[in-house]
Amino acid sequence: MDDKNNKPIPLTESEAAEIRAAASHYPDPSAASIEALKIVQKHRRWVSDNNLQAVAELLGLSAAELDGIATFYNLIYRKPVGEKVIHYCDSVSCWMLGAERIREHISKRLGIGLGETTADGRFTLLPIVCLGACDRAPAMMIGDELYGDLDEASVDAILTREDRHG
Amino acid sequence: MDKPLTRNIKPDLAPVTLAEYRRSGGYEGLKKAVTAMAPAEAVATVKEANLRGRGGAGFPTGVKWSLVPQAAGQKYVVVNADEMEPGTFKDRLLMEGDPHQLIEGIAIAAYAIGADTAYIFLRGEYTLAARRLEQALQEARDASLLGRNILGAEFHLDIHLHTSAGRYICGEETALLNSLEGKRANPRTKPPYPQTSGLWGRPTVVNNVETVCNVPHILREGADWYRGLSRSQDAGTKLFGVSGRVKKPGLWELPMGTPIRELIEDCAGGMQEGYTLRGFLPGGASTDFLLPEHLDLAMDFDSLQRAGSRLGTGTMIVLDDATCPVRIVLNLERFFTQESCGWCTPCRDGLPWVVEILEGILAGRGRPEDLDRLEKLAWLMGPGHTFCALAPGAAEPLQSALKYFREDFERYLPVSPALSLRGEEHRVPLLEGERRAAGG
Ligand SMILES: Cc1cc2nc3c(=O)[nH]c(=O)nc-3n(C[C@H](O)[C@H](O)[C@H](O)COP(=O)(O)O)c2cc1C
Ligand code: SF4
Ligand code: FES
Repeated sequence: MDDKNNKPIPLTESEAAEIRAAASHYPDPSAASIEALKIVQKHRRWVSDNNLQAVAELLGLSAAELDGIATFYNLIYRKPVGEKVIHYCDSVSCWMLGAERIREHISKRLGIGLGETTADGRFTLLPIVCLGACDRAPAMMIGDELYGDLDEASVDAILTREDRHG
Repeated sequence: MDKPLTRNIKPDLAPVTLAEYRRSGGYEGLKKAVTAMAPAEAVATVKEANLRGRGGAGFPTGVKWSLVPQAAGQKYVVVNADEMEPGTFKDRLLMEGDPHQLIEGIAIAAYAIGADTAYIFLRGEYTLAARRLEQALQEARDASLLGRNILGAEFHLDIHLHTSAGRYICGEETALLNSLEGKRANPRTKPPYPQTSGLWGRPTVVNNVETVCNVPHILREGADWYRGLSRSQDAGTKLFGVSGRVKKPGLWELPMGTPIRELIEDCAGGMQEGYTLRGFLPGGASTDFLLPEHLDLAMDFDSLQRAGSRLGTGTMIVLDDATCPVRIVLNLERFFTQESCGWCTPCRDGLPWVVEILEGILAGRGRPEDLDRLEKLAWLMGPGHTFCALAPGAAEPLQSALKYFREDFERYLPVSPALSLRGEEHRVPLLEGERRAAGG
């Protein structure tokens, strides 16, 4: 999806209201930039270049400044993603306990490599750093949900359930 | 054995409600502080208790608070809940299991330094902790434990939850302040320290979640009681964790100074069947490896420092005999490379170089001088050469692996003179555990 040539997209009323509420917690509204980007992402799944202008204006930043911030953070998606993002942990304890095997299993089952999205637009697979669930390694997150002690069978069950719901 | 930090946490990990927290004596520490103590007395109590920071560096908390100027004016308390160091999973439990303990600790800290605004800087992935903290903050506001004239005193406080978006460097306290201000998370020059010039240039105390969770108990029970919890000169209890191939990975609250052996063998049940302990990172990804011969060391700041490592976050990563030390170091250094903020040269350029050399060694393209180059790079990234402690932290597992597991690096080097004399092809000798795993 290349929308580089498109015009800036305005925020919806509810997005703008949520961003203003977040900004009210700080003496300077630009402090809410990350929260604002996350609000946009919650509504639109990812943050395209065309979303930046309207957010920047609301927070008193330039689009370039906001872009610099947006690209710094791993959880702000700057490219289209599926409805649910699978973040599998590739950090040390999960790696030791078979994260790579789990990753291959997910890839095979869904037919996607790292950074790719399933044809039906349901799942995107991305690595993530330690999820703070090392005692339940290997671990992954799907959307807001954390899953630990993974093996091939539990991954199958989780993916089936996640595909059916929400 | 008294376990103040986790005594309210339920086996099913459902959050402790405000009513339950109050029944167990919750908010009594805050009440004592705001009704019976001057702010300076609260600071003095924490100083006497000898509480040291649980975020990794072990700085004395009371001393940190006492460096905040006493003059009135805008000041802030910031809680570091970024917890992104690989192998670390302790603050999550405290926030998910007993959010009011953290809120009470923040309120006492704010009273002690004269702040009326506090922020919890929470990593973005901790969505359950975010929901529970928001709920607990609302409960506290509804009960007038936050807001104006808290517990009838001349003390006002608002606490805001700020959720981040995933970048390890945000855990470094000055990068955290930039991130909280909405800027890119590059660290700031120190001095000035946050205590005098922090958030928006105002005096600010940054403390780790676990550090702050100790504070209500210290205020309620007193400094002597708190020091008495410990088995060594560092006061209190601490959350200690183990991950890796042990029987029961997990997290336990133990007295400071508990021997490592008790944690790994008694709490975590020792190694899984068929695996042997080769070493461990005692306090997360950015600490130096230690060996089985160090198992009887006391887990406190000074003992581990003397042994050439650090207590760090107190969450251990165990290395077994089927995991290659070179590969584990490569995994760690890839993490640090990816998370470097790119501000200073030894870190920005040194780390990718380390990764490249390690990849070359593992691919059979290594040369004997590569090990010296890795040692030099570890030194270059070490203390005093970089803007923040990320690169020195990255150097710790590398330098200690080169020291303790040198033969594991050497086994990949193809040009052993003896082999080439005989004209044989180099075959990497297997580790004990690798041989077993391969069924040989
Ligand atoms: C790269 C880097 C990451 C850090 N991450 C964290 C973190 O996630 N949580 C934390 O409490 N401290 C972290 N620290 C340490 C903080 O800079 C700071 O020392 C700490 O928050 C102070 O709190 P304490 O005195 O209560 O320990 C990190 C330091 C560095 C250099
Ligand atoms: S040491 Fe690394 S993370 Fe720290 S300031 Fe330098 S480049 Fe950034
Ligand atoms: S290493 Fe995967 S959750 Fe910590």
